[in-house]
Amino acid sequence: MISKEQVTHVADLARLEFDEAQLNNFTTQLDKIVDFVDQLNEVDTTGIEPTTHVTSAVNVFRDDVPQKGEGRAALLKNVPEERDGLIRVPAIIDKEED
Amino acid sequence: MNFETTIGLEVHVELKTKTKMFSPSPVEFGDEPNTNTNVIDFGFPGVLPKVNKQAYRYGIMVALALNANVTKDTHFDRKNYFYPDNPKAYQITQFEKPLGTDGWVEIEVDGQKKKIGIAELHVEEDAGKNTHSEDGYSYVDLNRQGTPLIEIVSKPDIASPDEAYAYLEKLRQIVQFTGASDVKMEEGSMRVDTNISIRPIGQSEYGTKTELKNLNSFNFVRQGLAYEEKRQSRILMSGGSIRQETRRYDDATGQTYLMRVKEGSDDYRYFPEPDIPPFHLSDDWINEIKASIPEMPDKRRDRYVNDFGLPEYDAQVITNTKEMSDFFDAAVNHNADPKQVSNWLMGEVNAYLNENKVDLPQTKLTPENLAAMINLIKDGTISSKIAKKVFQETITNGTEPKKYVEDKGMVQLSDPAKLTPIVDGILDSNQQSIDDFKNGKDRAVGFLIGQIMKQTRGKANPKVVNQILMTELKKR
Amino acid sequence: MVDYFNEDITSLHDKLVRKEISVRQLVEATYDYIDKTEGKVNAFITLNKEAALKQADALDEKGVDPDNLLSGIPLGIKDNIVTKGLKTTAASHILDNFMPVYNATVMDKLDALDTITVGKTNMDEFAMGGSTETSYFGKTHNPWNLDKVPGGSSGGSAAAVAAGEVIAALGTDTGGSIRQPAAFNGIFGIKPTYGRVSRWGLMAFGSSLDQIGVMSRTIKDSALVLNAISGHDEHDGTSAAADVPDFTAALNQDIKGLKIAVPKEYMDEGVDDDVVSAIKAAIATFEKLGATVEEVTLPYTKYAVPAYYIIASSEASSNLQRYDGIRYGFRAKDVNSLKSVYVRSRSEGFGDEVKRRIMLGSFSLSAGYYDAYFKKAAQVRTLVKRDFDQLFEKYDLVLGPTAPTSAFGLGEKITDPVTMYLNDILTIPANLAGIPAASVPAGFSKDGLPIGVQLMAKALDEATIFKAADAFERHTDFHNQVPAFKGGQN
Repeated sequence: MISKEQVTHVADLARLEFDEAQLNNFTTQLDKIVDFVDQLNEVDTTGIEPTTHVTSAVNVFRDDVPQKGEGRAALLKNVPEERDGLIRVPAIIDKEED
Repeated sequence: MNFETTIGLEVHVELKTKTKMFSPSPVEFGDEPNTNTNVIDFGFPGVLPKVNKQAYRYGIMVALALNANVTKDTHFDRKNYFYPDNPKAYQITQFEKPLGTDGWVEIEVDGQKKKIGIAELHVEEDAGKNTHSEDGYSYVDLNRQGTPLIEIVSKPDIASPDEAYAYLEKLRQIVQFTGASDVKMEEGSMRVDTNISIRPIGQSEYGTKTELKNLNSFNFVRQGLAYEEKRQSRILMSGGSIRQETRRYDDATGQTYLMRVKEGSDDYRYFPEPDIPPFHLSDDWINEIKASIPEMPDKRRDRYVNDFGLPEYDAQVITNTKEMSDFFDAAVNHNADPKQVSNWLMGEVNAYLNENKVDLPQTKLTPENLAAMINLIKDGTISSKIAKKVFQETITNGTEPKKYVEDKGMVQLSDPAKLTPIVDGILDSNQQSIDDFKNGKDRAVGFLIGQIMKQTRGKANPKVVNQILMTELKKR
Repeated sequence: MVDYFNEDITSLHDKLVRKEISVRQLVEATYDYIDKTEGKVNAFITLNKEAALKQADALDEKGVDPDNLLSGIPLGIKDNIVTKGLKTTAASHILDNFMPVYNATVMDKLDALDTITVGKTNMDEFAMGGSTETSYFGKTHNPWNLDKVPGGSSGGSAAAVAAGEVIAALGTDTGGSIRQPAAFNGIFGIKPTYGRVSRWGLMAFGSSLDQIGVMSRTIKDSALVLNAISGHDEHDGTSAAADVPDFTAALNQDIKGLKIAVPKEYMDEGVDDDVVSAIKAAIATFEKLGATVEEVTLPYTKYAVPAYYIIASSEASSNLQRYDGIRYGFRAKDVNSLKSVYVRSRSEGFGDEVKRRIMLGSFSLSAGYYDAYFKKAAQVRTLVKRDFDQLFEKYDLVLGPTAPTSAFGLGEKITDPVTMYLNDILTIPANLAGIPAASVPAGFSKDGLPIGVQLMAKALDEATIFKAADAFERHTDFHNQVPAFKGGQN
């Protein structure tokens, strides 16, 4: 069973918020989904390596050669708030994740 | 109650590559904000990272230099967290299988040698920079975003602030010798996070750790840890307990202050980075990198002591930086006497560097010129006194010593055919001194030499002058 | 003047080269038709009319290259593929003002061949969904029955092709998002091998699963477009270094002796009778053409869906963290703390399905759950992949239905996520294994909705899929069926 507290905790990790009605709804749905994915426990995976890539490529590197970017003006074009070539955000008070 | 201290150090070193860890943007400092960036550094939708080979190579090089095992089968991971200087809201790092594990360095404190273990090291990308402004906003510059870093994590082997200092010194020295980084704390290319705990001697589990931030020099690390060590033991002695917290060191007061209390552990939701294929590194590549690592400081120091007969202390000083040590080797290769090279480096050269607040590579002095000058002294072409002038000229302007002394007529007068008439002339006009000499007053010799030097404006070779003077005195 | 139902790329090219029509006329005709149909279908989020006409004039000036079949051909592009200077939204509120400053590699490749981008097609938000109902820009309707979904997530691309708005379109496929809408719309759609087509410029959903592919009425048209967009890309470390064969060379071949496997799990009780009948008929056709067909078993099929939803959602939860209101996209109004910029922008900017996946993914990766969820799913993925590896030692193709049902009704499944997820059971395994797979028109349900047969091959063997699909197409007539709906009529 997924609890509302768990849902709230995960939402906080993902920087999402739900009102009470949404929270109830999401908890029920997530619980169903987690229930559904829990059927993986039927599979014996002892000694099985996880697959996280299916590309045939390995050891892919890039040479250390600088390339010009798209230019600051273009890169800043979509920025909601900008000043003097810097991206502006509300003051960072919480240094928790410095 | 007696306590023992356990210190952990997490060192971040910025790599000396031309481009970023996962994007081809140039790594440059001090440029206009957000100019050394591209769509990858901005974390635009649809962009993909690609690994800088030179950065990974440096990672392996440092791992080998720190006696670590290189992980051949590995991958990158994502560390997920939100912060304005972290544009993708995840950092690409190595979490599950760091590229190097189980290394060590040897330190020496108060004549005692000790091995400090390195739990792991890995490569990752740096974050951008936030500037906190008075106007209620913060401003983000992504120029630094993506700069390649190596993170080096020590094992809990460090037992005192002095050992921490020695470990950092040694680490800095080794990394610097690989050429992977400038490793300068003051320029931010080396950053140190520490944690420290104490426990009663004999207790098997570690005490509660506190973390220290804002340690901007090795000295501050030592002072901050020493303060923290005392603070913790005071608390325990008075029956209190240590809180898991992060503290800030203030170099003005030499004390640490609470920044925040840690509650639980962070949840970074690490998982393998799907955009970067895994690595299965070949022994050939690792061996090739191993072969390319420059000789490490400890080896060089031994060689200087054993092969060249330098005093231990001198060898230590010369191997403190790779520039100095490389310079020494190069000068010796230009057939200069190793002891003389060492004396000059430790003496005049270091004095010059300190006085002008520069590093050796920023001067005009070349190993070739220093060797040439030393050899001019050796073969009597110039005196040591003249040599000091020559040195100033060659280190400031890069002038070739031989050409300089010839142009300036500084060549030492050593030819007896030219010197004898001058000696005779001085004797002729100083009968009193000849008498004094005959009466056993050795001081007279000094006076006469002084007169000869004065007349030759210091160019006479003192050794030759001495010989001629003795011969001529005896004739009188 | 031009009716895409009566044309393919080759015939259009012919008309352009012979100057029977100009590129401008072709482009104008395309938009004229779209004007009439869009009110019913809603296949596009953004149209590119002004730039497309400009490009058409330039091409007319320069002359259509007789050796380049794609020159001047109008195409639809799914709206999660970034197009420089053309709004790209991934059908999300959080990107509804986003103007890309660079081009996806596939767009650079198409631009170099002078194709014309008609517009950006509708999709499920961030490609999360199987019905195109989660789009911020409204639902797309299935041209075969406007009350039905077009499938998804590439529902806009599929509907645009099926409605005759474009001759072909690019889609993307993370768990069936090209093949299922292709099946629902009675067209061909191919998801190539993972790594065959560069992902540079594809807004990531599940990075280890995503592939760009092609949808068109005829198989040859898909082969032509896939030729154009495939190949190794320096920007994409996961792109395959392998050479790309000419996929049109696989056409008009004999398939005698081709070995086809049909997993019994793909014809299970969950699959509609109509679908089973159509697939059985397709099997008979392949046998008639000289292929051998054998029943096999893929025992981990059932677990592919939960494994997929954990992996795709975990990757998505991380990939979508960059939508934070800081550097681009939607930033919530009246926010005065950093945390509320994040929380409010994301909570207001994402739709419910996206939030569900972010939540499932964040949960699966969180401390204490990683081993039981993400790692477990990745282990099951290994088993699914291994199943296929073993099959392809003996067989050239794996065949089954593309989807368990034909197109379902709008609003029918959107409220029940798990039922919706289960609809992807037949397409997900190919993404988990990274192998190429296509949906080929294979018949109709009793109520006249298209059904697709799915063909899967081993990695980098798209050619065998084209070969078999083309042989099937030449001996069937399904691809020539036209929805009763036609622009301006229905």
